Amino acid sequence: MIREPGVLFWGIVFPILMSLGLGLAFTKKKDVIVSIAVIGKEDKQAMKKDTLSFTGDFLPHMQAEPTRDKDGNRTFTLFAPDEKLGNTTFIFREMNWNKALVLLKRGNLNLVLDEDKGKPVYHFDPVNPEAQLAYLKLTRVFGMKAHEPGKENQEIKPLMVQGTRYIDFLVPGLIAMGIMMSCMWGISYGIIEKRNRKLLRRMIATPIKKSYFLVSLITVRFVMNLTEGGLLFLFSWMAFGISIQGSIMALLALFIAGNIAFAGLSILISCHTSNTEIGNGLINLVVMPMMVLSGIFFSYHNFPEWSIPFIRKLPLTMMADGLRSVFIEGAGMMDVAMPVLVMTMTGIICFSVGLKIFKWH
Amino acid sequence: MTNHLPVIEVKNVFKSFKTVHAVRGVSLSIKPGQFVGILGPNGAGKTTLVEMIEGIQKPDRGDIRILGKIWKGNENYLRRMIGLSLQETQFIDKLRVSETLILFASFFQLGKDRAEEVMTLTGLKEKHKAYVVNLSGGQRQRLALAIALLNNPRIMLLDEPTTGLDPNARREIWAILQKLKEQSQTSLVLTTHYMEEAAQLCEYIIIMDQGVILREGSLDDLLGRDRERKTLDELFIELTGRQLDA
Repeated sequence: MIREPGVLFWGIVFPILMSLGLGLAFTKKKDVIVSIAVIGKEDKQAMKKDTLSFTGDFLPHMQAEPTRDKDGNRTFTLFAPDEKLGNTTFIFREMNWNKALVLLKRGNLNLVLDEDKGKPVYHFDPVNPEAQLAYLKLTRVFGMKAHEPGKENQEIKPLMVQGTRYIDFLVPGLIAMGIMMSCMWGISYGIIEKRNRKLLRRMIATPIKKSYFLVSLITVRFVMNLTEGGLLFLFSWMAFGISIQGSIMALLALFIAGNIAFAGLSILISCHTSNTEIGNGLINLVVMPMMVLSGIFFSYHNFPEWSIPFIRKLPLTMMADGLRSVFIEGAGMMDVAMPVLVMTMTGIICFSVGLKIFKWH
Repeated sequence: MTNHLPVIEVKNVFKSFKTVHAVRGVSLSIKPGQFVGILGPNGAGKTTLVEMIEGIQKPDRGDIRILGKIWKGNENYLRRMIGLSLQETQFIDKLRVSETLILFASFFQLGKDRAEEVMTLTGLKEKHKAYVVNLSGGQRQRLALAIALLNNPRIMLLDEPTTGLDPNARREIWAILQKLKEQSQTSLVLTTHYMEEAAQLCEYIIIMDQGVILREGSLDDLLGRDRERKTLDELFIELTGRQLDA
C-alpha cells in the first residue's frame, strides 16, 4: 500500500472525503427552514392571469417579525417550535411573481403564497416532496385543515412552471460537468500520459512552439465539447422537453468561457509531471470537490451558509449557475457577463502560468 | 571557409545528477559531413552527452556550440538544422506510418511529398498504411530515422538507433545511414555500445566510460595501422579492464 499511494487514496481517503462532503449537505438538520414567497399586493403588472392580489395584512396578524430588504419588500420570520418533530423557521418574503418563479427554479423557495377572499392560496409543484411538506407545515401554523386526498381543494394551485423539474435543474449542470471532465481528463491526463510515455520528448526535436501544441489540444477539445454538449441537449430536448429560455449568445459565451477556464486549469495541472499517478491525483483533487460542491446533482444551498460564498466562486459553479440561468431563467448576455469574464480570466491566467513552466519531458 | 568550421563543438562539459557525475570534462569537435560514433557501455554518459548536444539537458559547466551558435536564443534555428532519434523510440500508436511522417513534416512546414521521400529512403513505402502499433522493432527504428531525416538536417543525432534489434534489422539501418553518407553532407553523431556498428559506420570513434573520453580517433588510430589490437572490445578491455558489452 505504501508503494501504491493511489490505492491508499482511493481506497481509504477518498470514501471518507466523499462521506464528509455529502454528509455536510444531507445530514438532517435539527431546525428546518421553509422559504415562502408572498405575492405583494402592489404587483399588479407582473401578475399572471390565474393569480389574485394579496392584501399584505395577512402575515402581521401572525405576530411574525417584519424586516425590509434593500428593495423595501417585507420579510417575515416565524419560528414554530416542536420538540418531537423538530423546529421550523418560516421565512416569508414579499416579492413579485417574476422573482418568485426565478427563485423557485433555482431551488431557493419551497412554495408561493397568495390570497383569495381572505384565504391563503398555495402555489407549489405537487410532485416535489419538500414543497408538499412546506404546505402541510404551513397549514398547521395557520391553524387550517390540510388537503384531504380525494376531496376538491381550491387552496392548492399546482405550479407546473417549465424549469422547475429536477431534469431542468440537472441538464445544464451535466453540460457544465461534461466540459470540465472532458478538459481535465482529455487535456490534462492526455499531456501527462504522453509525457510519461516519452511521446512529448520527441517534440523537443521539432521547431513547434509549446503554445501551438497546447492551443491545438485545446481547440480539438473545444470541438469535441461542442459536439458532446449539443448531443446531450438534443437528447434532453427530445426525451424531456428541455428548452433554452434565454439568449443563445449568452449560452455560447458561457460555453466558450467555461472551456477556456477548464482548459487553462488543465494546462496548469499537467505542465510538469510525467507521473500518471500524481497526475491522476492532481486532477481528482480539482475535479472531485467541484463535482460534489458545485450544485450539479443537488443545490449547493444544502451546504452550510458559511461555505456558500466560496462554492459560488468555483469555476464549475459559475458555469453551472450561468447555464441554468440561460436555460431556465431566460438570462441574457448582461446577466452572464460577470461569470463569463471571471472564467475567461481564470483560464487565461492558468494557461499563461502553465505555458511558462511547461516541460516537454 | 565556413565549411571547415566544426558543426558541433563541445568544450569541457560537465553534468551531474545528484551524486552521479554523468559527464566529466568532455571536449569534442565534429566536422561537416563527418560520421562520429560515441562508443561505450551502459552508464558511460553517452546519452547525457548527446542530450546536452541536442539541447534537452543543460550542462552544469562548459560550452556547447552547434553550427557556431549556443542553444539559448537560437532554438528555433537550430531545431531546423538537427535531426534526432532518441533512445526510446515512442510514437502515437493509433497513427499510421504516413500520418506520423506527415504530422512531423508539418512541424517543419514540409508537405506530404517530403514524407513520401523519406518513406522511400527508409524502405517504409509498403508500410505506409500500417498503424505504428503494428510495426516491428526494426520498422519502428526506421520510422524514427525517417522522422529524423524529414528536415534534411545538417546534423543527425542518433542515440543507440539499433539497440534491441536483430542483426538483419540492424544491417538495414546501417544501409540507410551509409546511403545517407554517400548522398549528403549531413554530419552524424551516433551513440552505441556495439563496436561493430561504430566500426562499420563511423570514420571517427570516441570511446567513453564513466563520463570521460578514454580514447578517440579513426579506426586505424584506435586499433593501430597493423591492427595490433583486433577489435575495439580488446581496446576497451585494455583501457578499463572490462568488456564493452559487460
